[in-house]
Amino acid sequence: MVELNPIMWWRRLLSLPNESRTKTFAVAFLVAFFSAIAVSVTAVALRPIQQANLERQRTAQMEAMISALPGMADILREAGADTMESFLVDFATANTATNVNPASYNFRDAMTDPASSISLSRDVDTAGIGRRPNLMPVYMLRSKGELALVVLPVYGTGYQSTIHAYLALKGDLNTVAALQVYEQGETPGLGSRITDAAWQALWPGRKIADDDGVIRISVVRGSATTVFEVDGITGATRSTTGVANLLHFWLGDLGYGPFLTRLKRGDLET
Amino acid sequence: MSGGNMKTFLTQLLDNNPITLQILGICSALAVTTSLGTALTMSAALTVVLMMSNGTISLIRNHLPSSIRLIVQITIIASLVIVADQILLAFAFEMSQRLSIFVGLIVTNCLVLGRAEGFAMRNPIWPSLLDGLANGLGYSAVLIVVGTIRELLGTGMLLGRTILPTVETGGWFEPLGLMLLAPSAFFIIGLLIWAIRTLRPAQIEEPEFRIRTTDVSRTS
Amino acid sequence: MIDLFQRAIFEENLALSFFLGICTFLAVSKRVDTAVGLGLALIVVQTITIPVNHLILVLLLNKGAWAWAGLPDMDLTFLKLISFIGVIAAMVQILEMVLDRFVPVLHRSLGIFLPLITVNCAILGASLFMAERQYNLEESMVYGLGSGIGWALAIAAFAAIRERLRYSDIPAGLQGLGIAFIATGFMSMGFSAFVGVRLP
Repeated sequence: MVELNPIMWWRRLLSLPNESRTKTFAVAFLVAFFSAIAVSVTAVALRPIQQANLERQRTAQMEAMISALPGMADILREAGADTMESFLVDFATANTATNVNPASYNFRDAMTDPASSISLSRDVDTAGIGRRPNLMPVYMLRSKGELALVVLPVYGTGYQSTIHAYLALKGDLNTVAALQVYEQGETPGLGSRITDAAWQALWPGRKIADDDGVIRISVVRGSATTVFEVDGITGATRSTTGVANLLHFWLGDLGYGPFLTRLKRGDLET
Repeated sequence: MSGGNMKTFLTQLLDNNPITLQILGICSALAVTTSLGTALTMSAALTVVLMMSNGTISLIRNHLPSSIRLIVQITIIASLVIVADQILLAFAFEMSQRLSIFVGLIVTNCLVLGRAEGFAMRNPIWPSLLDGLANGLGYSAVLIVVGTIRELLGTGMLLGRTILPTVETGGWFEPLGLMLLAPSAFFIIGLLIWAIRTLRPAQIEEPEFRIRTTDVSRTS
Repeated sequence: MIDLFQRAIFEENLALSFFLGICTFLAVSKRVDTAVGLGLALIVVQTITIPVNHLILVLLLNKGAWAWAGLPDMDLTFLKLISFIGVIAAMVQILEMVLDRFVPVLHRSLGIFLPLITVNCAILGASLFMAERQYNLEESMVYGLGSGIGWALAIAAFAAIRERLRYSDIPAGLQGLGIAFIATGFMSMGFSAFVGVRLP
């Protein structure tokens, strides 16, 4: 007669000699089973708390990063942003890249790495950078759910050095909120005046493109006459036009252009 | 607790602690002794894992086929470590970031497997738990001593609180940068061994080669 | 790549700056020839297991690895510890069998070290570092080789120092383990002199 009482089975299993094959399998199975339960239960039960922790850490890193961007802290306060997110834009898809961690990605490394950048032919390379990374970080700030500010890191060649800057656009994605040059090696006293607060103060309020979507922003000699123009600096023509050129590149089709268009239409997959 | 068990515990902790006396299994845990806080967290994690693994293995010791004994032990230890790691990630997130991979490395700690194999396999559950606790505390003592010395001399602080005001903040203490680097942990452990063995000469190792001394004045 | 290789050997030496595998490091460094044998075995195991663990991580454990099966949100990274240990134990077993079958000479000299390596925290540690630093496959290979060479170099050099230490006059309390730790400390200082070296 087959015994059906599970307690009897258990007793019989325990009374088997330790080296018997049945018992070896049974012990191996039971240990694996209980370990699996312990591990999975903890992992699943604690997942929400861990996610919240990760989220908090990411926000803290972002805030530190954004307030470390020179001059950006004030603009943030003005824009009244309450939430911040940072992600990477994949230029190939004009969408956000989800497979790379924005916190660990550094576009400075990708600038020259053939595996993570593309080569630019001379006629499209208005920024004079030779190669363009496939991914670039973007910071988005929202105020009560509304897009308040988009911060784009940009760079390009000026007169004798690579100029690095942040371009902050207002929620309409066409009005400049700020241009902040944070790194350059232009001629001291001449080209380096692109870092002057007085010149950078000319940028807020300028428009990027006209109603047809043509990028019009430029630096002019003398005084600006339209909403697309910014005064140049005497003696720093090459550096200031360098800034305008790099903006043209980064806002254009090979830069953030397609991404911004999609953002405007609101059909980003995030 | 019966008197016998208590005695096992005390001898384990004070008199015959393989960790404090021989610095066994200190391994990778030294990497987290740059500050007292990380050393304490690591000690707590290790003590708990050690107790639990000793307890579990002692519980099933009579039914463990010897052919799969080791793998069962490793599986149990690894599961416990994962649980500990997950709990740290959930409730002490910043600490677990600072401990990085070293909580996971408790798995390969010679001490945990050593106690499972050496004690828990042959003893009932209650003494095994106590053995785990005693060894865990002994291990913790070493980590805490090293952590205290390194944080205090390296930064002038303990648990983030200033104890010795540093020159930078207008005090008198010049922090020893070396204390925050890896070599200092080796030096401190080396000196600690020296101190322990001076107090307990029975631990001194016989030199493999003895330098022979002769009286020079007689031969000249 | 060369930079990563160089850093894995010197600046981020597993034994001397991360204290990984110190138990074995101190226990098997009494003679140069055994130390070299263990070092070689570790290089081999390290070079194989780290890329394999990388593949396991990317193909099975990472979030999104099961997207093809309709489970895009499944995140099994909490299993990496136990998977890595399994892989290491299995690789060591397989390596032992392969060596025994095809290169018996090598098996005779390395064979006794292989089981020791399973419980060596250097290998598990390096695998966990690979996961934490998100190396890609090529970087994992380079890191595996580099960190293995670094560890082997450290233990071989240390064994040579210890052979000399035997004939020196050491205070009784420092005899053996004590002086070994202090000597390791000095070696660690020597290796940290490479901090800041940057190769293209």
